[in-house]
Amino acid sequence: MTSIKTPSTEHPTPPDSPPAAALHSGTSDLRALVLNNLRQSGIYVALVVIVALFAVLTDGVLLSPGNITNIVLQYSYILVLAIGMVILIIGGHIDLSVGSVVALTGAVSAVLVIQQGHPWWIGVVAALVVGVAVGAWHGFWVAYAGIPAFIVTLAGMLLFRGLTLRVLDNISLSPFPSEYQQVAAGFLNGLLGGQGFDAFTLLIGAIAVAGYAVSGFRTRVARIRYQQPVESFPLFVARVVLVGAVLMYFAWQLAHARGLPIVLIILAVLVLVYGLLTRRTVFGRQVYAIGGNLSAAALSGVKVRTVNFWMFVNMGFLAAVAGVIYSSRSNGAQPAAGNMFELDAIAAAFIGGAAVTGGVGTVVGAMVGGLIMAVMSNGMQLMGIDQSTQSVVKGLVLLVAVAFDVYNKRRAGTAR
Amino acid sequence: MDDTILEMRRITKTFPGVTALEDVTLAVRRGEIHAICGENGAGKSTLMKVLSGVYPSGSYDGEILFDGKPMQFRGIRDSEANGIVIIHQELALVPYLSIAENIFLGNERRGRSGLIDWNFANAEAAKLLASVGLHENPVTPVIQLGVGKQQLVEIAKALSKKVRLLILDEPTAALNDIDSAHLLDLLRALKEQGITCIMISHKLNEITAIADSTTVIRDGRAVETLDMRSDEVTQQRIIRGMVGRDLDSFYPDRESSPGDEVLRIEDWTVRHPVQDRMVVEGVGLSVRAGEVVGIAGLMGAGRTELAMSVFGRSYGRDIRGRLFVHGREVQARTVAEAIDNGIAYVTEDRKRYGLNLIDDVRRNVSAAALDRLSRLGWVNGNEEIKVAEASRKEMNIRTPSVMAVVGKLSGGNQQKVVLSKWLFTDPDVLILDEPTRGIDVGAKYEIYTIINRLVAAGKAVIVISSELPELLGMCDRIYTLAAGRITGEMPVAEATQESLMELMTKDKELVG
Repeated sequence: MTSIKTPSTEHPTPPDSPPAAALHSGTSDLRALVLNNLRQSGIYVALVVIVALFAVLTDGVLLSPGNITNIVLQYSYILVLAIGMVILIIGGHIDLSVGSVVALTGAVSAVLVIQQGHPWWIGVVAALVVGVAVGAWHGFWVAYAGIPAFIVTLAGMLLFRGLTLRVLDNISLSPFPSEYQQVAAGFLNGLLGGQGFDAFTLLIGAIAVAGYAVSGFRTRVARIRYQQPVESFPLFVARVVLVGAVLMYFAWQLAHARGLPIVLIILAVLVLVYGLLTRRTVFGRQVYAIGGNLSAAALSGVKVRTVNFWMFVNMGFLAAVAGVIYSSRSNGAQPAAGNMFELDAIAAAFIGGAAVTGGVGTVVGAMVGGLIMAVMSNGMQLMGIDQSTQSVVKGLVLLVAVAFDVYNKRRAGTAR
Repeated sequence: MDDTILEMRRITKTFPGVTALEDVTLAVRRGEIHAICGENGAGKSTLMKVLSGVYPSGSYDGEILFDGKPMQFRGIRDSEANGIVIIHQELALVPYLSIAENIFLGNERRGRSGLIDWNFANAEAAKLLASVGLHENPVTPVIQLGVGKQQLVEIAKALSKKVRLLILDEPTAALNDIDSAHLLDLLRALKEQGITCIMISHKLNEITAIADSTTVIRDGRAVETLDMRSDEVTQQRIIRGMVGRDLDSFYPDRESSPGDEVLRIEDWTVRHPVQDRMVVEGVGLSVRAGEVVGIAGLMGAGRTELAMSVFGRSYGRDIRGRLFVHGREVQARTVAEAIDNGIAYVTEDRKRYGLNLIDDVRRNVSAAALDRLSRLGWVNGNEEIKVAEASRKEMNIRTPSVMAVVGKLSGGNQQKVVLSKWLFTDPDVLILDEPTRGIDVGAKYEIYTIINRLVAAGKAVIVISSELPELLGMCDRIYTLAAGRITGEMPVAEATQESLMELMTKDKELVG
């Protein structure tokens, strides 16, 4: 009787030559790719359709350099919040307090910088510390006291709104020194010159495209080495070219407006870091495992409480980042700042394909979901549609997006 | 004279990409118990869902004749109106509602005022309970009943709907032997009253004991219908139909050569997590390398509780006792510590405790030992795929790809994924809790073979099982557990089903 071989992990010794033909059969590839990724690709298609729709409805104003810059500036803090929110939702939680935390962190920063005259960075650091502390507070109650996140953060929503009023003494503070304003209103431009456009922005765009292509290619090579199915080469190239073209167009438009917004750099770094965190780290895996099946995760040795705790700390941190960006953009702190932000962030995560029951969702999906909301809001504003209609449309889009998701799942569920 | 109550003719049901049923014809005589058996994924449940209207008329090809009349059910309500009631494997009772409320759920008896007359309903429920031999107050919440009694409530519920054809999907899967025997007696009694019964079951001994006919389904086709009354149909005969070949033996042979002791527990005591009672009391046992040790016990004897409390204190409180691994006393206060000490626990309920059903094979396999695939918190995804692929080959997991979602695999293949997950932690001792529950005969044999391979490689294995033949076929040594205490220990050569059963029920009688 042969002894059992436990799969070893010593070092990658990939098989020498994969059956190339089998892996590269590209005929049914496109269809399979589309079908398999309908849930994921669905939102990209939706984003493209919505962008196209509003581009036409606004006579192209939507895609004008100035307006693209504007969308980035206007919705960046929602996207930052959506990153933390989607991670919580994947883990089976929710955070209703982020709007209040945005207000509180902004208020703390404003009091220190505006009222007490400390340098701008003291405000930023203090806001982040407060955010992390708030996250730890939520994390403690959820992870260690076992109170459902819905209740804990509903309480937090009231609690931290109240603290905001207390910190601000119920008045607005304004204005921040110009360095602080740079966070949300600053641009990196003119570093390399350019004739009527900003060469630096284009360079960064080109680097991003190159990075996307190289990392995509390396993943592909690795997958082939490990005999995993990959898309056919022409399809791969088409995807890279398409994404590259969109990125370059985006950079081109920014370059013709005011250059590269600093807040976009912050956002891009966060998306990159958290994208990797969720997909490639043990922590990310454990978040998915907890959301997918809590008991099974616990019985697999996942330290559920620790992971839950850090998920909330992270949300607090990102809420503080959003708080800094928002206070910077609005150039001050107001008692009512950040109202309803939590709902936008939650909507972005769900439109982006996160599951209400947990275990499913991606950071990139949440970003696309957030962009769908952003483009819709912005487009409707450009068209002069009133607030009430905007709200109705956004509500319906959220409902339809989740209904589509549920429908897809049901179809997948019965296919056995 | 054969009076046919139900005829399903040439039923074909396809799902996108899969033909679940192909040209299945089934005839059931009035007043008989008709067993349906087949491997998991053969299409038994699909056939019953077609019959009960879960898959509405039009979503399949073929026709259904009930009492000679063609039927087109658009949903469960239609089929129930005709007296066809299905009881699913996973019981569909609402835990916090009372027995009577559950019985009349969706079928409430309204008085003249339009409100529910609970006095009448409770009285009716009491009558129904008496007819199934369940002596419980109808206002008792269902959560307070054991699984066996809940099953009886389901049957009472079916009777309340004036059932003429009762469909039971794996009715005894979760029951112990005594409850199972009780249930089978009840089915015989119902048969006397003229109720026809279709029963899906993996337990072939029950089928041979109770069924009048047996239809075998394999790969979505009805292979044959065996008349259990005239023929001398044996279990072997049914298995041959199910797998399409003879299985020489249920249990693969194994050379037994136990080595050094790997795991020992002494004086292990566990208190119930909420109630004030001991679930495990003063248990001591040991297992050696290359040895399979069985734990036999009835439901509620504390088998799973014992295993889970040892496995990183995953169950109970006030856990006391000493745990030795390779002769050295260790603390396993968390699951992570238990895993580090080379202990693996394969749960009895893989869907609830074993797998992330919405995730793929790859990530399920790596879930318990991600640290082996990661450096500084970064997971090596390619290496992970390699590991999953290796498991797939080693365990013969039948899946289109390691990227396939685990929830879509059959029970046997899911179990292999759970086993792969724990083998990847490279344990010294594996505690297998009901390792073959709810999986088909062919997959069972594969699981047994895997266990034998593990033992041959020097692992120590503890098997907890409700099926005594399984313990007798697989183990070197068997402990019996009753009411949280070890009541006996014997080498397999000295054990028989009768002697084990006697020890398993020993303490119960003392306690009363």
